[in-house]
Amino acid sequence: MRKLITKAVSVWRPGKTKAVLFRLTPLALLLAVWQFGSHLAPAGTLPSPLAVLSVLAAEAWSGALFFNLAITLARVAASFTLAMILGTLLGVVMGRSKTINRLCDPLLIVLLNLPALVVIVLAYIWIGLNEVAAIGAVALNKLPNTAVTLREGTRALDKNLDDMARVFGLPFRTKIRHVVLPQLAPYLAAAMRSGLSLVWKIVLVVELLGRSNGVGFEIGIAFQLFDVTRLLAYTLPFVGLMLVIETFLVQPFERHISRWRQPHGT
Amino acid sequence: MELEVSITRKTLRTASGQTRSILHDVVFRLRQGEICALLGPSGCGKTTLLRIIAGLDTDFEGRLVLPSEHKIGMVFQEPRLLPWRSVAQNLRLVSAASENDLAEIVAGLRLALHLDHFPGELSLGLARRVAIARAFAVKPDLLLLDEPFVSLDAALAARLREELLALVLKRNATTLIVTHDVDEAIAIADRIVVLSAAPGRLIADRTIEAPRAALTGARIAKLKDAILSVMADAAL
Repeated sequence: MRKLITKAVSVWRPGKTKAVLFRLTPLALLLAVWQFGSHLAPAGTLPSPLAVLSVLAAEAWSGALFFNLAITLARVAASFTLAMILGTLLGVVMGRSKTINRLCDPLLIVLLNLPALVVIVLAYIWIGLNEVAAIGAVALNKLPNTAVTLREGTRALDKNLDDMARVFGLPFRTKIRHVVLPQLAPYLAAAMRSGLSLVWKIVLVVELLGRSNGVGFEIGIAFQLFDVTRLLAYTLPFVGLMLVIETFLVQPFERHISRWRQPHGT
Repeated sequence: MELEVSITRKTLRTASGQTRSILHDVVFRLRQGEICALLGPSGCGKTTLLRIIAGLDTDFEGRLVLPSEHKIGMVFQEPRLLPWRSVAQNLRLVSAASENDLAEIVAGLRLALHLDHFPGELSLGLARRVAIARAFAVKPDLLLLDEPFVSLDAALAARLREELLALVLKRNATTLIVTHDVDEAIAIADRIVVLSAAPGRLIADRTIEAPRAALTGARIAKLKDAILSVMADAAL
């Protein structure tokens, strides 16, 4: 009997479950504080978790939640991809050429320090209240960050491996794929990770200011109505979605590119 | 392939802005299949000369004559393998050899058991052997080796030298091997070119007439004495 219990306990508590529980503890604590706080807060400022959940369920049932989540996610994907591609190209070129670096560096510093809001408002005024302006403005906010990271990565490229590739006459594409990209991968991963968190925050602002759908737009409506329940009902699933993307896309990608660093069983 | 090296001057600008002379009047010609050892004290420009011949350094006075179509296999002082690719992938990436030939190269350097390993898991001796295998995998017309046995223990170096020599003789590639070890040069080369201390000038060029196997202890000692005395004279 005792043996059986020990066995059950050991199955019940492998290291992984423990780690998951450990990570969930602060979230559970937050939920408890929220529940407790909702009783103390003045009416209408902090609804209880259950109240939020019921609005969330209603929005999900009507389909509006999924529609707005999908729209916002599409904008995040488009502006993220655009910023990563253009930022990477700019960063690599600036890392390779001192002249181009000297030409573009002041512009990059201006862009890095320009408030996101200014870029967004100017884009809407100059281009119009449309998707191009919205996605372009978000991409432009993220681009300098990617360019700076990839410039560092390009500068850190191993000259010795470059020489090796030249002597052995590796074709351009082979060299990029097998010699250059693996060296840039950690920098790409860093740019991706900081990029995703930056982009989805700015996308909400863009939607609030000049779009008629998406999570940001819904939050704007909730703000106008002072409807905190609705605001949270839209925010929480979106944060959850970003957590899922981070855990199941970004982190596995990082593990994949650094797998050669792991010991491979000698 | 044949190789004609004729470098009148090679200078290098140092970080402090001064111009330093690295090579001065280095002229020699290698015949097809010749195995030439490039001997000289540390810092005399041996590696620079190898880089010039490999086409990695084009900033020099003089000329280099080699066939328009040629394949170079090079072994750098450090193995310079791609750490994110396995041994097998490192070899296949440059390989122009058939699977059979590649298997033969791998067997000749005793690497068969290590094909799935990553460079980070290999000892220096093993990584060197992979680098040598890679140089042969391109089916080279010209083989450039930059101190391939440095910082290996004597027994390991001797064994690797034999394996390398067997592959060189089989491939019949023109070979230039940089070393600062006279014994090593005599053991592997059929010609020895000696450079002086920096700036490197050509101070001796000796062909070893006898077939490698026929070199007796007495002849080796005599050859070694001769080369060492040339080097000692140049150092004065």
